[in-house]
This record gives sequence, C-alpha cells and structure tokens, in this order.
Amino acid sequence: MSSEPLVVIVGAGPAGMAAARTLVEGGLRPLVLEKGPTPGGRLWQRRATVDFERRLPGHDPDLGERRVSDFLGIVDRIDWYPGTTVLDATRDRLWALGSDGIIDQTPWDALLVATGALDRVVPLPGWTLAGVYTLGGAQAALKVHGCAVGRRVAFLGTGPLLWLAAAQHLAAGAEVALVADTSHRLGALAALPHLLSDPHRLALGLACLRIVRRAAVPIRLGVRAAIVEGNETVRGISVESTGGRRHFVCDAVAMGFGLVPQTQLLDLLDVPFDLEPTSGLWLPRTDRSGRTPIPRVYAAGDGARVLGGEAARLSGERAALAILEDLGRPTDRERAARLERELERQERFARGLARAFPFPTELEARTDEDTVVCRCEGVTAGAIASAVRAFGRHEVNAVKALTRCGMGRCQGRLCGLAAARIAARAAGVPLGEAGRLRAQPPIEPLPASARCMAAEANG
Amino acid sequence: MDDRDEPIEGAHGRWVRIARARGESVPFTIDGIPVRGRAGEMLIAAILAVRPDLGCLPPDRRSRAGFCLIGLCQDCWVRLRDGRRVRACTTPLEPGMAVRLDSSDESW
Amino acid sequence: MNVAPSRLRTEVAIVGGGLVGCSTALHLARRRVPCVLLEAGRCGAQASGVNYGGVRRQGRALAELPLAGRARRIWGRLERLVGGDGEFRATGHLRLARDEAEAAALEGWIREAARYGVHGELLSREALHARFPWLGEGFAAGSFCADDGQANPRLVSPLFARAARSEGATILEGRTVVAIERAPPGFVLRAEPELELEARVLVNAAGAWGAGIARLLGEELPSEPIAPNMLVSEPLPFRIEPNLGMAGPGIYLRQVPDGSVIFGGGRGTVDLERRRCRPSFATSLATIEEACRVVPELARASIIRTWAGIEGRTSDDLPIIGPSPRMAGLFHAFGFSGHGFMLAPAVGAVLAELVLDGHSATSLAGLEPARFAPGSAAAA
Repeated sequence: MSSEPLVVIVGAGPAGMAAARTLVEGGLRPLVLEKGPTPGGRLWQRRATVDFERRLPGHDPDLGERRVSDFLGIVDRIDWYPGTTVLDATRDRLWALGSDGIIDQTPWDALLVATGALDRVVPLPGWTLAGVYTLGGAQAALKVHGCAVGRRVAFLGTGPLLWLAAAQHLAAGAEVALVADTSHRLGALAALPHLLSDPHRLALGLACLRIVRRAAVPIRLGVRAAIVEGNETVRGISVESTGGRRHFVCDAVAMGFGLVPQTQLLDLLDVPFDLEPTSGLWLPRTDRSGRTPIPRVYAAGDGARVLGGEAARLSGERAALAILEDLGRPTDRERAARLERELERQERFARGLARAFPFPTELEARTDEDTVVCRCEGVTAGAIASAVRAFGRHEVNAVKALTRCGMGRCQGRLCGLAAARIAARAAGVPLGEAGRLRAQPPIEPLPASARCMAAEANG
Repeated sequence: MDDRDEPIEGAHGRWVRIARARGESVPFTIDGIPVRGRAGEMLIAAILAVRPDLGCLPPDRRSRAGFCLIGLCQDCWVRLRDGRRVRACTTPLEPGMAVRLDSSDESW
Repeated sequence: MNVAPSRLRTEVAIVGGGLVGCSTALHLARRRVPCVLLEAGRCGAQASGVNYGGVRRQGRALAELPLAGRARRIWGRLERLVGGDGEFRATGHLRLARDEAEAAALEGWIREAARYGVHGELLSREALHARFPWLGEGFAAGSFCADDGQANPRLVSPLFARAARSEGATILEGRTVVAIERAPPGFVLRAEPELELEARVLVNAAGAWGAGIARLLGEELPSEPIAPNMLVSEPLPFRIEPNLGMAGPGIYLRQVPDGSVIFGGGRGTVDLERRRCRPSFATSLATIEEACRVVPELARASIIRTWAGIEGRTSDDLPIIGPSPRMAGLFHAFGFSGHGFMLAPAVGAVLAELVLDGHSATSLAGLEPARFAPGSAAAA
C-alpha cells in the first residue's frame, strides 16, 4: 500500500497530458482518467481512421501525434485509464464508469479537473432538425471520422472556430453553403491590439478568412436572425444580416457561438462560480495557478476557462506545479512564474477574441416563444417564460423544476445558459439573478446494467 | 472516393466520406439489413454513411442524427439487438454489430 | 451595519414554507385570518419539492388513515383549490410481497384499512404477472389500491404557495428563524435578516428543522434528519401504470407519462445546519440493482440523474401533528418521515381548524405531539 499522495487527473487532453508529465517529473504517479479511447482531447484526437489528401489549416496532425506519443511514452509511469468516464465526485472519492460497463471508485488526495469545453449554442427555429451539429461536432466528423456532416454544410455562429471549421471543410474538399457570423467586421478591427499578442493565431484566422473568400462561399456578417428550414431534416437556412435576408440551400448546419467549459465535476465539489459579465458565462473560481478555493481541487485547460490549446497545455503544467507545491514537494518558482506570464498573454488574446466575436445578444434576445430551448425534453422558450410569470420564479433551477427544461439526458448542457437568459428576461431581472443550473450526479447517463467493481482502484 | 462503401438500395447516407478511411471494410447490420462500415470508426459514422438518421428516442418522435459528436449532448444513443444501449459517437464499430434503429416495437 | 429590524404583527406565524406550511397558510387565509409564513430558503425547495411524488393510502400506519382520507379528497379537487392539478393521476398503487409473511401483512392491512374506507384488491402471484407483465420474479402476492396514485411534487408546492399568497397570506422567503420568545398570549419570533414577528399563534411546519424550532421553545420532540436518495431514468416507452411499493423495506418506483422512471430507497447524506444534502452514489448503485429485480427491463435503460432531499424522521415513523402539550397557541406539524407529500394538503386544513376552532373533524389520534411527553408510552 503506497503512502504516496494519490493525484487524480480527469481528462487527457492538452491540459491533462501536460499535467501528467509534470507530476511524473516531480516524482509522483498520477492516476489519469480519460473518457475517450485515446488521449489528445478535441485538439489532438488521434485519427484512427482517416488520411487527408491535403493539409487542413490550423491542424497539425504531426504535432498532435507527437504530443500523444510523448504522453504514451510515460504511460508506464502513470496509472492510465482510457475509456473511463467520471460520473460523480465527492471529497472522499470519484466514481467512474469504464467502457466495459464496470463502475469503479477511487479516493484522491489532489484532483485536477481538465474536462474541456463544449460549443455554446443559441436556440433557433429548426435547430432540432436532424442535420444540425455544433461547430465542434462538424470538426470532429471531419478530423476524426473523415466525413462532412452533409453534402452541403452551412456554418453559423461566431468565434474563431466558425471560420476555422469552415476553412478546414473547404480545404478537405467538402461543399460549404454559407458562413454566417453574428459579429460585425468592426468588432474584429477594434480587437486588433489584443489579437496581435499572438500573431501566429491571428495569421491563422486571416488565412481561414482568405480560404473562405477564395472559395466564393457566401459570407454574411452581423447576422441577427436565422431559421433552419426543413421538415424532418435540414433543407436550408435563412439568415437576416447586414446584407439583408436571404435563403441558402443546405442539408446540414454547423453552429456554435464560442465554447463553454464543462464544469460539472467542479460544481459537485462545491467550487464557487462567478458570472463573467461580457460572455454571460458562469466560470469556476480559479487563479492562474489552477487552484480553486476548495483545498486540493484544481482546474486547468478549457474546462476552467476557454483560452485554447496552447493555454491548456500551459495551465495543465502550471496546475501540476501547484499540486506539487501544495503537497510539500520542491517546485521551480521561476518556471511557475514564466508559465503564468505566458498564460497572461493568452488571456489577452482571448479578450481580443471576445471583443471580435462577442456573444450575439441581439440574436438571442429575439428567441421566439415557439423555439425549442431544451432539446432533450422539448421545452420551448414560451413555456419557460410562462412558468416564470405564472409562479414569479426566475432562478434557473426553479425554472427547471417547473418546466422540465434541463431534466433530459444532457442534463442542461445545451439549454442551461439559454434558459437562464430567457428566465431573467421574462422576470425583468439582471442575468446574474437567474443563477446557473446545478450539476447532479451522474454527470453522464449511467447504464442501469453497470456493475460495481468490488476492489478500489489504486486504494 | 475510390473505395466508397456501397450504398444500400433505397437508403442513403447523411454523411459524406471525404477522406480515405484507413480501416478495412467490415460488415454490420441495421434493423437486420446487412451494411458495411470501416474498422476503427465510431458507430455514428458507420450508420450515417448509409442512413439518414439514427431513429428516434423517447420522449418525442424527432429523428436524430447526432449533435455534438463528442459524447456530451446524449443525442446519439442507439440500441443494439442484444439490448445494450450505446452512445454512437463514442462507441467503436465492431464487425457483426447488430444495430436497431427502428423503435416501433416500444421495447425498452 | 446595524439596521433596525422590520417589525410585523399577525395572528398566526408559520415557520416553514414547504407544502405543510403553505397549505396551512392557504387555509387560514381563506378564512380571512392574517398569517405570516417565514421560510429560510425558497418555498418548496426541501423535501416538499423533491420527494418521490407518491399519493397513496395503501401501506400507511392506521393512525394516518383519517388524515390520508381527507387528503385524498383534496387531491381529487386540487385544481379548484390551488388552480392546478399538480399532475395528480389516480394510477393505483401496487404493493408487493416477497414471501408468505409479507403477503399475510398485505392482506391484514387491507382488512384493517377497509374501516377507513380504503379498498384494496389482493392479487396472487399469477394474477400479478398476468396483469403486470413487466414485473420481475420473486413476488408471492400483491395488493392494488385503485384510488391511490402519484403527482408531481415540483409543481404542487409552488401551486400552494401561489394560492396562499393570492388569498392574502404573507409569505417571506430567505428568512431564518433564530429565536422565539414566549410573550403571552403569543410569541415573538426573531428571524434573519432583520425581522421581528409577533403572533398570537405559532405553527411549526419546519420539516427537518421542526425539532430545532420546538427546541427554541424548550420542547423536545424526537426527529432526525434523513436524506432519501432518489433516481430517475431516461424517458422510456410508457409501460408501468401504478405507483409501486414493497410490503417490507425496499424501493418505490413509478413511471411518469413522458416515460421517465422515478425510484428511490436508501439514503443520501445531509448537513442540516448548512441546509444541504447529497445523493450517495453507492446507495444509488444498490437501489438500481434492486429496481432491476423488480422491473427487469430497466436494466436496458440509463439512469440520468440522482438527488436527495432533507426530511425529518421521527422515532416512530409517524408525523407529529397537533397542539403542543406544553404551550397554548403552539402547534406542530413536522416529522413526516418520508411520506408526508400525500398528507400535506390535508394537514393545512386540519391545522387551520385546530387553530381557529380548537378541534378538527379529522382524527389525529396517535399523531399528537403529546405522545412524546415525558411519562407517555411513545417517549419511553
């Protein structure tokens, strides 16, 4: 029985992998739990299946392969559990489901949550039709499965991912019907000083823009309304923008308006959250070291704050140093300070992106009352507003109880933010007063047939 | 594509393969009908290469075709003939897998 | 910052904004009696809002049946009373016996309960499987009460709170009672933040915190906090009509119209002082296993959410309802031990009668606080 402290890392994307390496270098043997079959996360997911004829912009498969190989190179010095989804977390233990259907549990002494992010969506008419995907989903279909999600894909949303995903599809030979951005050109110009703090990423963004333009794909900016058309499946999309109103034929729509950190485990561990006013996102309280106010609980990567892949790597490394320091191990203060300086630069770039691609409050405020907000349970914006008015309740968990919004299989991942905005608006209160949906275990569906493992993992 | 899988007569896929698949072609079935997919790919890609959707899930009758594709939105659950339910975007295709998209028998 | 507290005066002060407190406020307000309800958090946020949702008389201790009978009549006309039916459906309640001893207990209960107007149908093993093909093996017999059913607790509490307010009751949320003084002929309650409430009558409907409120007045009533552990599945094709329970200890299970299967049994963890509770994963796994024995097809489905709520359990598993034996003007209604949802609409009506008329047509024999007075049998 080891007397070494047990450090558990949840998530083996860029942040988790970097943290694992740093902890191993610090003489520890972390337990790394990853939901997918392989490490890499969304950014460096190993393409088990496909070869592209051409190189996709912003996609360096060799870099990804290298990072993953580096990680797998230390696999004998960690306890590596791929195909393992953490479903619940308390101060005493984590509960996880393996891909073999077996439940296991482990205690922990220090816990790093690096669970990444998911696209932010805005409910629109027709967004529940078959053929609508997130931008990240379209990218995953392309990079991991080698498929376009349709014969003619329309891209709608805002953020660097919108342009990157569209450009990657064009480079791969897919047909792109439209790129519709809710942001205006002017925003990007105003953000230039911030964006210059990472000239490489700025250049990538401009390159994507060029690819889309050169392909003569219709571009719409300042989009303030959009309707996905079709009966059972996507047949087209209509957008209203600074260029007027126009209909485009397509059989798939990829949508996304930035990314939302997946923070369910942090919530279950009672990490406090604060409302970031510009984005309207509730973010877990962490500092640049990755520490949270809960002792021995740390957060890194996009799962704490969305700053991109490079920042995820840096923050994973920094959080591991914090863990080592808090466990009384010798740490390199200079290295920690350097990492934090680089993270600050990444934050500056992120602020630029937020300014160039703000959350489309106008589009969202026009959410029609017949529009489905909760996909899983079919709850409309009108039902949410009615419940708020009927019972005088605007706190989003109370609204969930009254309308079933957020009670479905995804447990509010897709509808929670929109539900809070609609509730606050219906009640005429500031967004913060609507609060945020609280996580409940299991944070992902637990098959009733799952069987418990008798022994504890690494007890 | 030079080695595109044969589409099933009368059915058409939603997704379009635009990169060369490394894995070999392997057989599986959808509602008893033999189809083919690629070794190593996720079930959702295999199904949507030859079908327009993944069927319906309670509580509604909405046709689904996946949404986030990274295992979080829970839109892509499908049933296998042996009764198991799996999330198609995170479950690898196995040769001989028997997928049931037709839920009209109302079994759980 | 020293702010002078607001001072309020009323006839009846009610501590606790769960279903019991709100239904009491509603019935008092309907009789034009000024009342002020103080709720520490949000009305219906504790056990009232997150319980199992069973509405059944079957299986109750006989002492509860008069109250349960009155409640059942109220459930049937909830729409008229509070402007919504709370999704109450008389789906019947099926109680399952695992062996001959439990089967005999079922039969015995049906016989006794007939005196209270409850009708139940006994079912043999064969009849059970013929009528409920989804039921697992291992049951010796069952009894079915057609009049019982289920409702949606998340809707019922808000309906009562809204109805009470619209009838004129004052309901203040976010107010925690920290001190109560006897100021004959009434009471003075001090609540945080910044509130002093004078009332002639005090109703303690504080649920799991009821014993603490009683203690503020020097009265000891035995109740411990528990957190019933609840689970819900993904929506499934609708199959299970009745509300299910076991004759002995075990799970309770029901399927709602949209197809989700709600079930429970076992406990989570509770921190009474911080007003928080949590489901237990270990308990959930054990409960799932048992549920799959009762409904084998459930093994094919996924469980998508678990939760717990804070409830007060008394030493004899019976609620404490009635006038305090020690203090005039003080009434208790708490300690529902995990099965108060069905009773609560009637508890408010009965309490209003006790407060205003000094008596109620509905018998509370066996449920009175006096049973815990020193020297009494229950207190022993």
